[in-house]
Amino acid sequence: MQDERGALKRPLGLRLWLSGSWLTLLFFAALFAPLIAPKDPLMQDLFLGRMPPFWESGAEPGFWLGTDSLGRDVLSRIVYGARLTLIVAFVAGVLTCIIGATLGLIAGYYRGWADRIISRFVDIWMAFPPILFAILLIAVLGPGLFSIIIAIIIIDWTRFARVIRAEAMSQGAMDYVASAQVAGRTKLDTMLSEILPNVLPTIIALLTLEMGIGVIVEAILSFVNLSISTDSPTWGGMISEGRTSIHQAWWVLVFPLITLFLTVLSFSQLGEGLKDRFDPVLR
Amino acid sequence: MTAYLSIRNLTVTLTGGTPILRNVSLDVVAGQVHGLVGESGAGKSMIGKAVLGTLPRALTISTGEIWLDGVNILTLKPSQRRQRIGAIAALIPQDPLTALNPSKRIGPQITRRLVDILGWSKQVATARALELLAEVQIPDPVRVMRTYPHELSGGMRQRILIASAFAAEPKLIIADEPTTALDVTVQKQILRLISDMQTRHSTALLFVTHDLGVVSKVCDTLSVLYAGKVVEDARMHRFFMRPIHPYSAALLAATPTYTDPTGSLTPVSPKVIKAVEQEIQEHDMRARQ
Ligand SMILES: Nc1ncnc2c1ncn2[C@@H]1O[C@H](COP(=O)(O)OP(=O)(O)O)[C@@H](O)[C@H]1O
Ligand SMILES: [Mg+2]
Repeated sequence: MQDERGALKRPLGLRLWLSGSWLTLLFFAALFAPLIAPKDPLMQDLFLGRMPPFWESGAEPGFWLGTDSLGRDVLSRIVYGARLTLIVAFVAGVLTCIIGATLGLIAGYYRGWADRIISRFVDIWMAFPPILFAILLIAVLGPGLFSIIIAIIIIDWTRFARVIRAEAMSQGAMDYVASAQVAGRTKLDTMLSEILPNVLPTIIALLTLEMGIGVIVEAILSFVNLSISTDSPTWGGMISEGRTSIHQAWWVLVFPLITLFLTVLSFSQLGEGLKDRFDPVLR
Repeated sequence: MTAYLSIRNLTVTLTGGTPILRNVSLDVVAGQVHGLVGESGAGKSMIGKAVLGTLPRALTISTGEIWLDGVNILTLKPSQRRQRIGAIAALIPQDPLTALNPSKRIGPQITRRLVDILGWSKQVATARALELLAEVQIPDPVRVMRTYPHELSGGMRQRILIASAFAAEPKLIIADEPTTALDVTVQKQILRLISDMQTRHSTALLFVTHDLGVVSKVCDTLSVLYAGKVVEDARMHRFFMRPIHPYSAALLAATPTYTDPTGSLTPVSPKVIKAVEQEIQEHDMRARQ
């Protein structure tokens, strides 16, 4: 009468643990950067240039991950860099998600003229090379936090809209939706309380993926110096600077690179893990 | 005997103009069971959907009247129609898997109807839902209220959908092949349950099926549908004694009976099919003129 799937609660997956822990750590590091960072990330000291990390000989005590060519503490710069990275990831991710998912949900469930307008808009939008669009935008608005976020939204909202539209459409054809209609519920109510919960796992997976993309985009733009002003540390900027001195001081490049890699990986793993947990059939 | 649901000359067409239902008329008397029989694709489900207002987008009602409790619901504004139908009619669907929301627990899915339609409080609705689950013979209703649909078997889900259909005491229930998706052993129990519930609540029931054997067990009257056209409309007893339309007779000959389950079956002959097709073509010609 009842199969065993229901009784068998799966333990919180390893990847959910690992990715969740890393992102939580990063979040608190960013939030409490002034308390956590051992040094001032902007303080230069030419006598302390290119100090190696703590386990190598010649390391300077207190500079755990070494210093760059201007004598700035690498660890502190990574911690401060997390601030910009996470702001971009969250704000851009959430806004892209809200805009794209809302339009996709409406198009997929209401169909008719709403769908025709939204779908046509998505098609036209995707016919433009959006990267060009984004670069143009940054050229006009000037580099900065705001421009990066707008650029990400411009490039990626269509992905949410298309995927969520398809999901909403297939859910909309199910009998439980018809039952809700027969019970006299309004379309808006049906969309929010019947369709949305079933599309939520996909929305969450796309959202965390988008946050990972936000991290990468921010890193690339700071790498090519199109991000915010150069004096606040960014991972992309550190990678760019570290590249020039890779033979003399590998740590300036490698540590921010590892941090970036782990963060992007964590976002995508978190998405997959959460999707499974939110899906009642897999749960 | 006044009809609770009365469909008059209902024609439903695809957006291109292809007719799906042709001038369909049928009556469901209050408290009685009306069978709607026909082969797969005949348009049985579309009749139910036209009544409940859940026709697919591609289909439109081009002519006809649907009288429900003395009101032609096709003349109502969509929002009024939805409320009116919600208050007095319900559906027992064919596929119990997709008819329950997979991401919600069973309890809220039943109580929601009671809260929406009857305006009850959550507590009262929950108490009533438990009663209903017991009435459809679900063991341990308290536990079942907390489960998700995928944790339950097809038969259990269908019981829940039956409970849910009867929950707000509708005057009309449309059961669309309610046993087709189930195991043979479960089919009988579910059929019995629907029949019992119908008698106890004295609900009018439009029972859609492709199985004449099932019809003979539960229905008072029936309509035979072929390619969207009602070819015969009869009282149960008369139909099984003396079907009038050749297609009905052929259908009957192709169905095992309970009086003679081992008797030989005759497939519907091409001649009969041809005659019905001819009849439908003539109908379409007349409709175009
Ligand atoms: N969404 C749809 N769009 C177009 N035609 C449809 C749609 N759904 C059903 N039909 C057509 O309507 C006819 C009747 O279908 P239906 O009422 O489901 O048959 P059944 O008697 O098996 O319940 C079929 O011929 C089918 O092709
Ligand atoms: Mg059907």
